[in-house]
Amino acid sequence: MISYLLRRLLLVVPTVLISLVVVFVLLRVIPGDPALMQVADLNDTAALEEARRDLGLDRSLPQQFASWTASLARGDFGQSIRSGEPVQQMIWRSFPVTAQIVGLATLLAALIAIPAGLLAAWRQHTPFDVAVVGLAALCLSVPSFWLALLLLTLFGVTLGWLPTVGYVAMSDDLLRGALYLIMPVIALTMTELATMARMARSSTIDVMRLEYVTNARAKGLSQRRVLWRHIFPNAFAPTLTVIGLLLGNLLSGVVVIETMFSLPGLGRMMVNGIFMRDYPVVQGVLLFSVFLTITINVVVDLLYPVFDPRVRL
Amino acid sequence: MKRFLRSFLRFGRRQWNARIGLVIGAVMAAMALASLLDTPHDPLAIDITARLQPPGAAHWFGTDQFGRDVFSRMMIGARVSLATGLMAAAGALILGAVIGSGTAFAGGWADRITSACMDSLMAFPGLLLALALISVLGAGQMGVVLALALAYTPVVVRVVRSSVLSIREKDYVEASRALGNPAIVTLFRHVLPNCVAPLTVIGSSLFAAALLSESALSFLGLGVPPPNPTWGGMLADSRQFAATAAWLVLAPGAAISLTLLAINLLGDAIRDHLDPRMN
Repeated sequence: MISYLLRRLLLVVPTVLISLVVVFVLLRVIPGDPALMQVADLNDTAALEEARRDLGLDRSLPQQFASWTASLARGDFGQSIRSGEPVQQMIWRSFPVTAQIVGLATLLAALIAIPAGLLAAWRQHTPFDVAVVGLAALCLSVPSFWLALLLLTLFGVTLGWLPTVGYVAMSDDLLRGALYLIMPVIALTMTELATMARMARSSTIDVMRLEYVTNARAKGLSQRRVLWRHIFPNAFAPTLTVIGLLLGNLLSGVVVIETMFSLPGLGRMMVNGIFMRDYPVVQGVLLFSVFLTITINVVVDLLYPVFDPRVRL
Repeated sequence: MKRFLRSFLRFGRRQWNARIGLVIGAVMAAMALASLLDTPHDPLAIDITARLQPPGAAHWFGTDQFGRDVFSRMMIGARVSLATGLMAAAGALILGAVIGSGTAFAGGWADRITSACMDSLMAFPGLLLALALISVLGAGQMGVVLALALAYTPVVVRVVRSSVLSIREKDYVEASRALGNPAIVTLFRHVLPNCVAPLTVIGSSLFAAALLSESALSFLGLGVPPPNPTWGGMLADSRQFAATAAWLVLAPGAAISLTLLAINLLGDAIRDHLDPRMN
């Protein structure tokens, strides 16, 4: 167990290093000379040199990379060019907003999709199965931003039941905060629902074809016991992995949803950063989301043996 | 009766998705191709006297806030979305197939380093990576195509790599080597053609993903810039008028959804067809 844990954690090192190099190359090397943004007079070469030295741009690229990585390790993600605010502070303010939307959407999707996929596989080729497969294909085809726009128009504008744009923290006012989150969470849930239901269904079908299921039936166990005791535990593990992988999708989807509902989360922070050419902000959100994805994938891998008894450590 | 119903459902399941997908796909492709010849109205012509007109005989899908014909704009949008999606998916497929097959076939350090890099790139949320690339490359159709193609390449590399690793050990590859063929000939004549099945499956899902991302980027205002009509951009413009001019929201959104549905249905049909376990 301990050696598996250590090996898995060791595998993280190259992944993190390579993603750091990618972000460094992408956002520090390509977009021109950041020193130009710091000086008032572009012809003032002395000031330009000084700004370069302040930013460490006069050193070699490997040296710059090393000092950049060192400051990241200290939790220093740099400063926003526009507001001067430390990026890590902005991330910690925005992250809870995104986390609660993504968390609620994942939970809701899992609660509906896993039982639906399982039952669809159990009743394969029946009208229920066809309905689940068809609905999943439909959900997968509706972009979350279109669904959000339709919900917004119907419940926000025409009926006036829900607040249209804005955000109130649930910690400040539970009920009002929840009202603001209903539409974004539903819009985000639908696509994830479809992917999860399809995964749950296909992994259950795979498990149902295995011989030990036939054996369990042959020894006279009740259908219910075969389903819950023999099929479900083994079909659940692949679905769990997909939930981990879906996080990347959710972080992508949340960008548009947050922008649309004016929610002060990571996605809107990144989009604003791009529009304002605020590269430290863009870089910070990108790095943070990569670290988050890597962490979640490690956690899922470590949880795997808990859900799949066949995986021995 | 029950058995008949069941076999009918199974038959229907195997056939209907491909059929519906083909019909919708053909309609969208026809719209895109027809826009190359002509559109019913000029998609960019502003006519304030005819603004926000509901669908009717003159304007099939109504007009927008500037009096531009929505149907004509959707035809151009079909061209932009389908072309962007296809080019991005094709770019990712070609780049991924070359990198994945080359390094997996070579094996050793090339393979190990490439797969470590691809594993790291997979940790980047697709749209966020595309957004960062666009902020560097600049918006516009080529920027979007390039950003999406690069963002999706790691997925292709991973799929191709796993196929090549098993194909590499086959006897016919050994035979080709024994005949004295150079590695590059063996790779292109004997290994890559056998990766076509997984590449087709991943290609259809990448096409759908690229089309969806292109719409999302245009919706955010970071895709193909206005006044060029795009489905995502049209949706973004419709926001203020959604309650009074529902056709502005429904038409482009339905176009995106139907196209995605067509690609997904076709992709499922192809996957089922290629997967022997499903038959």
